[in-house]
Amino acid sequence: MKDKKWIILSGGLVGLISVILVFFGNPANMGACIACFIRDIAGALGLHRAGPVQYIRPEIIGIVLGAFLMALGKKELDVRGGSSPFIRFILGFVVMVGALMFLGCPLRMILRLAGGDMNALFGILGFAGGILVGIPLLNKGFSLKRSYKLNKAEGFAFPITTVGLLALLIAGPAFIFFSSKGPGASHAVIWISLLAGLIIGVIAQRSRLCMVGGIRDAVMFKDFYLLSGFIAIFIVGTIGNIAFGFYNFGFENQPIAHTESIWNFLGMFVAGWGSVLLGGCPLRQLVMSAEGNIDSVITVIGLIIGAAFSHNFGLASSAEGATGAGKIGIIVCICILVVISYAFVEKADVKVRKGAELNV
Amino acid sequence: MFKVDTRGRSCPEPMLMVKKALDENSQIEVLVDSPSAKKNIIRYVKDKGHNIEENNIGEESVLKIKK
Repeated sequence: MKDKKWIILSGGLVGLISVILVFFGNPANMGACIACFIRDIAGALGLHRAGPVQYIRPEIIGIVLGAFLMALGKKELDVRGGSSPFIRFILGFVVMVGALMFLGCPLRMILRLAGGDMNALFGILGFAGGILVGIPLLNKGFSLKRSYKLNKAEGFAFPITTVGLLALLIAGPAFIFFSSKGPGASHAVIWISLLAGLIIGVIAQRSRLCMVGGIRDAVMFKDFYLLSGFIAIFIVGTIGNIAFGFYNFGFENQPIAHTESIWNFLGMFVAGWGSVLLGGCPLRQLVMSAEGNIDSVITVIGLIIGAAFSHNFGLASSAEGATGAGKIGIIVCICILVVISYAFVEKADVKVRKGAELNV
Repeated sequence: MFKVDTRGRSCPEPMLMVKKALDENSQIEVLVDSPSAKKNIIRYVKDKGHNIEENNIGEESVLKIKK
């Protein structure tokens, strides 16, 4: 229990901050959502033209900068890359298609449940199902191969890019799109969002908070460390939503959600399966990007392009429900996951060699 | 001693390699180069009540684990 104190505190704080962000203007049950916010940034940059979801979300910038500064301060900036980058891009893309079918990343899935949105139950079942499909693959030796150390300077590139985004947000030039209505128009003021992001980035970097890791480690290693954070977000989020009067129990009329259970399930099934192959949920990918993991940067770019594609080609769901294109997209994503899963299983004896020489 | 090279492997592979090695050996030596993988392994091994000895060489560490 003692070693779980920090992760429980971290999860609780993320739950609380998310509710507070809704109070200050973020969309309901969307205080923090990595998939939605990356999608909004893709829209603001004109990568898709879905008018209601275009805004440079300072929370994303804050998370990256908070995690980066923390990693730098703790001498944990570990600049590396080269572990199947294009496959990671594809997996990032696939995870985003799944998340936008459900309408939320794994973090928002918990926040939706904490807001009383019972549609998220099907999301969690799908998410856990996707992870459970991935675990035997990991046990059999699924691997995207090792990464290699890169020039330390490359670790600064992604955080500096987000500073550029912040400059664009503040300057607001005409070529940046900002929603005038819809979820993209609902947001807290910049400094509150940025501060909230910074805090989430710092605590997520320290605690390694990860939604997919929570279920994975509990099943694979009987290690409940990360799962404790997951549960803390839910408990504090629920209490916070009740306290602020945001709690709305049921399936119907839930904010930015639809009631097509099978597609809520399958969307998060795809997101869970893709995330477990990547080794972390979108939040964790963002934090690792900030810590110098260039493979995670590539994954985040996959998330951005996946979001743009989902909106440009009508794959993303809306409150009205899933779209035909979205349903086809999910089936295609499942096929892609099957192929990647089996193509990247290594023979077990390659990974652990008896008496192998170590070049220390 | 049974040696495990986790360098460059991303989460959860280092943990999985350590777990598998510990299932079959009472004493192992783990080479690790990522701060988060090292933290994870140390936490896991201590949680299981095993002994762990840490030697840092530059950005890499050698963890000697005894059941």
